[in-house]
Amino acid sequence: MELDVITNILYATIRTGTPLLLVALGEMVCEKSGTLNLGQEGMMLLGAVAGFITMYQCDNLFIGFTVAALVGVMASLIFAFVALNLNASQVAAGLALTIFGTGLSAFLGADYEGKTINALPTLAIAGFEHIPVLGKALFSQDAIVYLSWGLVLGAYLFFKYHRAGLAVRAIGENPSVGNNLGLPVMRTRYLAVMFGGALAGIAGAYLSLAYTPLWTQNMTAGRGWIALALVVFASWRIERVMLGAYLFGFASIMHLVAQAFGWAVESNLLAMLPYGATLIVLIMLSKNKQKLKMYEPMWLGKPWHKGH
Amino acid sequence: MNNKYRLTMQEMTKQYPGCIANNDVTLKIKHGEVHALLGENGAGKSTLMKMLYGVVKPDQGDMFFNGRIMNIKEPADARDLGIGMVFQHFSLFETLTVAQNIELALGDLAGHSSTLAGRITKTSTRYGMPLDPHRLVSTLSTGERQRVEIVRCLLLDIQLLILDEPTSVLTPQEVDALFKTLKSLKKEGCSVLFISHKLHEVIELCDSATILRGGKVSGHCIPKNETSESIARLMVGDNTPISNQTRRALGTADFLTVNNLTTAAQALFETPLKNINFAVQQGEIVGIAGVAGNGQEELLKVLSGEQIQASSSAIKFKNTVVDALCPLKRRRLGLACVPEDRLGRGAVPTMDLAQNALLTSFDSGLVKNGFLVKQKITELANKIITKYKVKTPSFRTHAASLSGGNLQKFIIGREVEQSPKLLVMSHPTWGVDIGAQVAIHEAILKLRDEGCAVLVISEDLDELYKICDRIGAICDGKLSPILNTDTVPLVQLGQWMAGDFSDVFNNQPKVHTPQGALA
Amino acid sequence: MIKLEPRVERSPAWSYLSPVLAILLTLITGYVVFALLGHDPLNALYTLLIAPVADWYGVTELLVMTIPILLCAYGLALCYRASVWNIGAEGQLLIGGVCASAVAVNFVGSTSAFAMPLTLFAGIAGGMLWAGLAAFMKLRLNTNEILVTIMLNYIAVNVLLWAVHGPLKDPHGYNFPESALFGDSTLLPILFDGTRLHLGLAFALLALCATWVFISKTFIGFQIQVLGLDASAAKMAGYKRALLIAGVLVISGGLAGLAGAGEVAGPIGQLVPQISPGYGYAAIIVAFLGRLHPVGITFAGLLMGLIYMGGELAQINMGLPNAITGIFQGLMLFYLLSCDVLITYRLRFSLPFKQQKAQPIHIAQES
Repeated sequence: MELDVITNILYATIRTGTPLLLVALGEMVCEKSGTLNLGQEGMMLLGAVAGFITMYQCDNLFIGFTVAALVGVMASLIFAFVALNLNASQVAAGLALTIFGTGLSAFLGADYEGKTINALPTLAIAGFEHIPVLGKALFSQDAIVYLSWGLVLGAYLFFKYHRAGLAVRAIGENPSVGNNLGLPVMRTRYLAVMFGGALAGIAGAYLSLAYTPLWTQNMTAGRGWIALALVVFASWRIERVMLGAYLFGFASIMHLVAQAFGWAVESNLLAMLPYGATLIVLIMLSKNKQKLKMYEPMWLGKPWHKGH
Repeated sequence: MNNKYRLTMQEMTKQYPGCIANNDVTLKIKHGEVHALLGENGAGKSTLMKMLYGVVKPDQGDMFFNGRIMNIKEPADARDLGIGMVFQHFSLFETLTVAQNIELALGDLAGHSSTLAGRITKTSTRYGMPLDPHRLVSTLSTGERQRVEIVRCLLLDIQLLILDEPTSVLTPQEVDALFKTLKSLKKEGCSVLFISHKLHEVIELCDSATILRGGKVSGHCIPKNETSESIARLMVGDNTPISNQTRRALGTADFLTVNNLTTAAQALFETPLKNINFAVQQGEIVGIAGVAGNGQEELLKVLSGEQIQASSSAIKFKNTVVDALCPLKRRRLGLACVPEDRLGRGAVPTMDLAQNALLTSFDSGLVKNGFLVKQKITELANKIITKYKVKTPSFRTHAASLSGGNLQKFIIGREVEQSPKLLVMSHPTWGVDIGAQVAIHEAILKLRDEGCAVLVISEDLDELYKICDRIGAICDGKLSPILNTDTVPLVQLGQWMAGDFSDVFNNQPKVHTPQGALA
Repeated sequence: MIKLEPRVERSPAWSYLSPVLAILLTLITGYVVFALLGHDPLNALYTLLIAPVADWYGVTELLVMTIPILLCAYGLALCYRASVWNIGAEGQLLIGGVCASAVAVNFVGSTSAFAMPLTLFAGIAGGMLWAGLAAFMKLRLNTNEILVTIMLNYIAVNVLLWAVHGPLKDPHGYNFPESALFGDSTLLPILFDGTRLHLGLAFALLALCATWVFISKTFIGFQIQVLGLDASAAKMAGYKRALLIAGVLVISGGLAGLAGAGEVAGPIGQLVPQISPGYGYAAIIVAFLGRLHPVGITFAGLLMGLIYMGGELAQINMGLPNAITGIFQGLMLFYLLSCDVLITYRLRFSLPFKQQKAQPIHIAQES
């Protein structure tokens, strides 16, 4: 009985952490190139609604997630144009994207509230899913969970071994130097922002197509913002983004845990937990200013224009 | 076809909004020649180089390399031709290693990353500037960083090496080493373009020179046949006074005393100060020389109060311990500061001159019961503008649109008008034209004569020898002894800048005049 | 090809024209979108922007809608001038509403003259406290204020939900998540009979004047501006960063708290789960659109209030989801940020198919 509970908690933790992992990974790559995109929440919502509508119309999960990713990319391009080409404040442009995405997704999805679709099925890896405790959590997940692991591994190798990964980091440190040396600063930053957009779109669609296969207004409930905090928590290191995402996933399912163990806590107070946990994590990490600065891309959030 | 020249830049023109940076400039460099490009700040040297290296697009003009027309769109094109460039501000990524930096800069030419480190070690040793490819750039000294830049060029088969003000960041000894490397390059047939405004170096090193003034070529010469004065005349024109006069003074009583000042590094890449002792007296100018990044910035911050040392008592103004006092309280005790960064610390770029006058002069009757007295503020701004000959349309002009020299005159005027008891300045004439330089030095000397204690931190040794009554050097957070300027020969100061404080007393009796060497 | 060319000096004209252009572009986009959706675009824009204020009652309703937006936006303008990215006006407003209600429910049957002032003070204190938390975390714990204020917003929503479901729930309210209706002594007096326009208008006008004077006439206002434009210069000059940052955050929190208190003790009259349709977020856009100047903000706030009312009307009359308000808000901010490029750059048009050859420059100069 007890083991079953733990298995289910692990399984749910990974499922809950997956959208966070995807957005945070995308945002981290974006930030490594020196661009701070606060529009994650908006891009997630747009991905969620686009994925849901597509799925409802075509009943094809692959197309649904693809459209969600494309919509995320398109939304990120608006941000990139305003922040990178027109040199607007990245903070303000990101906020605008979140406000715009929140409004547009609610508008587009108004007719789809309460509709149902076929949710993303789980893909058990034969033989492994019966391993006690861990089997269900690790080997009986859906395709997007496996995709997220692949992306984490890919990103890790890219930044560790590939010259282009080195270039992304370098541009995030100092785009002017990069430009002087002939590195493609704009292209790199654009690609990084678009990668973030695609992952945010997929993460949003994961919520509306797999996690709670439904569309409701504002269904991301601040996950885009939590992901931003996660990147800080991870000190811009990939393996720690993964750890952080699952920790937050665990914090968000505390109400299930409480139920399982029969604790009586007000549900509205438990609902604050992920946000409260974010604050606490931010506080713990930010205390050491010097250490934080050591990992933060030095040019993060600052505008840059060729010829400066 | 004209193959006599390695590089020919023909009638280059580049216009920026509001100014013509290059107007019809022609530059020719022969094979195996060290060619100097001379000119004051703002004469257009950097723009010309940026066009050559493909960073900036010319409006007009043609460029030929080995007699063939060059079509350069980006730095990579220049590199492919065999042109290497070492910028004045290094193009290095602090958080990466030497090898990673070089790998990124060379791109596909770097070859496989595993063999690169070996090649770096080999090339750097061959030219007498050893480098460890695996060290982080942030841990390198300025001289070592410059080596990375040069080795990066040498790894490619270059035919022309461009150096933009390479010696301004080096100790005199490091300059000698650099010149050796350049001479051996020259022997191999490589041409060198040496951009500088230090005339004695040009005379020592260069075979020929092109001089720019106000965006145009003002003359050519063979430096060996010229004197510093004759070249300087070509640089500044006939109407600007060139002053070599110095007036030394003796201080009266200590105003600033620093005893056993030690700090911990507050942030990444900071140099902690180690056991610093010195004093500045009223009515004297003390100069601190040193290569950038050896603790100058930290010293300024500790003195200005931007960094507070709550639990020590190392710094005194007169008899007051100020270590724990905030900048405002120190200002009220008579401190004024002129930081190195004019825009963004000394002045707010997007505020007008009136607002920038108010920035630090708020105690001069410009604020009444917390409300601003607009009329007094504009009066003060106008007074500074007239008295210090700041060239500006009006006090409504934003600080960012003033030239470096004019803004510096304004900032120094603003601080001087508050009649400080202690003035701390960092690089007061960095990037300033000669006219403004003379005016700024005059203002500092006058303030000293009125009894103010002045501390000047600078990399410009000529400047320090010109105005300082006593001089010392800082290296790796440690301060050399501070002695009367006229008893410190340049060689001695160079040793101090390199961290060797040992044989101070051996040199004490000998009186050298460094003026000859420096001019 | 369109090229950006840096201006020698920032253009003051464009800093005023840019918001106007942004509004125009938003309207044009709206026109096109309505047309694409198959609505008569002029009629739709009329419904959105003019119909709501076609009569006196509509005008007073607009003012009622605008009061909380303005109170939040004036405070945010102070923060943004200091480059303190307070995104937390929404949370500060909600907490203000909750704290005000916590006081107000004790005066349900009372005729005490203290009821209203105490309620408002509780709201202000609540908002200050919530913003003060953010200030503490920024200054003492070195956390990023954007993330902190956002998280505090989400927490505030849950505090509000917890309060209406729990401690502040009306014991005689058939288990609805609502507080008891506030007593008359608590409610803000109505200014004009037959309307809902309340005393909050006076608070908004007062805040307008106070922030205007504060920003443009006082030395502290100047220090805030310097801090925002150039923190190193402020430090060098000896300004007290921590005090200034804490100050702007707490003032803006107080104003947002007052807005929240004004809502529960004004047009709503009790604590309900929805006391704000995102006023605190709208105020961010209003602050930018109004160029962080109280007068500009007042106009921008009226426009934003109008879009809220128009969105509701469009939902009733045209069957459009009222999320259209959010789209317009986001678009307007995007357009504003884009147009702002014209303050520091000018546009240069050149033909892409013709290789750009510079014109010869004729400058008379002696050689």
